[in-house]
Amino acid sequence: MGRYIIRRLLWVVFVLLVITFITYFIFLKLPPGDPATRFAGKQPTPALVDEVKKQFGLDKPFIVQYGLFVKRLFLGDEFGWPGLGKSFNTRAPLRPVILERLSVTAQLAFGAALVWISIGIPIGILSALRPRSLGDRMAMGFALFGVSAPVFWLGQMFLYIFWFKLGWAAGSGFYPIGQYGFITWANHMIMPWVVLALLFAAFYARMSRGNLIETMSEDYIRTARAKGLAERRVVVRHGLRSSLTPLVTMIGMDLGALLGGAIITETVFNLPGIGQLVVKSVSENDFAAILDVTIVAALAVTLMNLLVDVVYAYLDPRVRYT
Amino acid sequence: MPEPLLEVKDLKVHFSTDDGIVKAVDGISFSIAPGETLGVVGESGSGKSVSFLTIMGLIRSKGALISGEVLFRGQDLLKLPSDELRHIRGAKISMIFQDPMTSLHPFYKVGAQISEAIRAHQDVSKKEALNQSVEMLRRVGIPRPEERAKQYPHEFSGGMRQRAMIAMALSLNPDLLIADEPTTALDVTVQAQILDLIDRLKEEFDAAVVMITHDLGVVAEHCDDIMVMYAGKAVEYGEARDIYYNSHHPYTWGLLQSITRIDEDLGERLRPIKGLPPSLIFVPRGCAFHPRCPYVMDVCKQEVPPLLPSAGHHSSACHLSLAEKERIFDQEVAAQR
Repeated sequence: MGRYIIRRLLWVVFVLLVITFITYFIFLKLPPGDPATRFAGKQPTPALVDEVKKQFGLDKPFIVQYGLFVKRLFLGDEFGWPGLGKSFNTRAPLRPVILERLSVTAQLAFGAALVWISIGIPIGILSALRPRSLGDRMAMGFALFGVSAPVFWLGQMFLYIFWFKLGWAAGSGFYPIGQYGFITWANHMIMPWVVLALLFAAFYARMSRGNLIETMSEDYIRTARAKGLAERRVVVRHGLRSSLTPLVTMIGMDLGALLGGAIITETVFNLPGIGQLVVKSVSENDFAAILDVTIVAALAVTLMNLLVDVVYAYLDPRVRYT
Repeated sequence: MPEPLLEVKDLKVHFSTDDGIVKAVDGISFSIAPGETLGVVGESGSGKSVSFLTIMGLIRSKGALISGEVLFRGQDLLKLPSDELRHIRGAKISMIFQDPMTSLHPFYKVGAQISEAIRAHQDVSKKEALNQSVEMLRRVGIPRPEERAKQYPHEFSGGMRQRAMIAMALSLNPDLLIADEPTTALDVTVQAQILDLIDRLKEEFDAAVVMITHDLGVVAEHCDDIMVMYAGKAVEYGEARDIYYNSHHPYTWGLLQSITRIDEDLGERLRPIKGLPPSLIFVPRGCAFHPRCPYVMDVCKQEVPPLLPSAGHHSSACHLSLAEKERIFDQEVAAQR
């Protein structure tokens, strides 16, 4: 297992290199014109362009630039480890910015995951146990709604109803827990959590329903019943155990994707997370920031994948890695 | 005759589906004495598995219409509340299934799965139950049972898994073991081992056995009585030697002729029964077998033949006269075997 994890980590590094190289290529090589000219402002003088080139290392050949970037990334730069460079716009170091935004996105993503797991999976299980009942139909109606309702619309509706009209929850904006305390923080996070979670809850309800219905028709469920086990035990120990295990994979993948930024939710609720930074850096053509959010997204997905595989091997005895 | 262990009277299992009523089991009656082995033979869809799943209370479809009586030691299992039936299931009557590859839970250790069955019916500690499980694995001929109990099903071969299933089924010393095609998914050499094992354990545990199979050849030497089923009905029922040496039903003849024999001349073709089993929604009028029967008469297309005894408890459901049946069997079926 240890060897397997090391091999996978090396693979993560490789993926990271490929992705950053492609990002480098797309943003520095493909657009027409000299990047330094683009970064130097509306009316660049040759002296200013030269200055920009020097400052960002754009005067060196492309491959050397990339090499320097990789070196800084793995060995750290003047702002610490990992070296994430400085913004092309503000000239400020990006490392603290990225870490802070990642923390906001992580709070959003993990909170939402908790919500969708605790809504989606129980709904799925209950409707699987009574397929085609009224409850099942209502649950699947909810699932259809959750899948179909776009987050930007749902977010606005939630804000309008629960904040503006009813005043049950606080409005948009991020209020760090350390500064404002748990209540204010959670009050502002609850709507983003729920809105983001609804879509996933709907998927998870459908998945766990489908998985459980399929599992309950397996031969080993018949064996469990033939042994004379109580139905409750048949469902919980034998049915749920195998039908919920695949959901672990989904949770990991979805969390990984979300950690790379929940762009719409962050925008609707004005949360300064990675997603907002993505929009901002792309629209401002801040190449260093784009590179950094790409690294964050790639790392989140690959590391979550690794985590999922390790957990899965623990849950399913048939899976063994060497 | 001794008091029967299990007596089934006019059992019907119909399923209402969108396409119509499926008469999976359409009025079968039979009885099993303690320690006896009954073979139930028929093609896929003849209702043999459904009958015994019903007896076990394992038919859970809402559209199932079940009628008749299933008397186990005089108690009608069909009328028992599900909780009481659960205490009989697995403890007094247990069942093993066709595919040992999928019949054990892939996520739990084999020993734990047997222990779970024991603890569902007996108030013993986990450790004690595990010890009993290891002992059962030993008795079904699994080498190094202590180690094997700690392994997962995927670490077992097919034959070993079926042995483990048998260990589980016998762990509570049941009165009746229902084996639903226990060897169909196994290699031929392993088949014989498993059948011999069931034979031996049946003596050791003093249990009656129901052997469900589609292969008359398999059950020949292992059964006291045989019931041949076709389209949800029993078409012939009697002692094994009656079925083999004095069969009275054209369907049974077809089954007998389709047994492969090792001493047959090379180049001899298998003789299959022509046609396909009927749809259980549109069962042919009259005798369900008549479209495939080489000896079909006009009456067969109109009237359902009743299951009538000829001698002892050998009975068959066929419109042919007894003399005719004996003539055809002797001249055409037995002569070719």
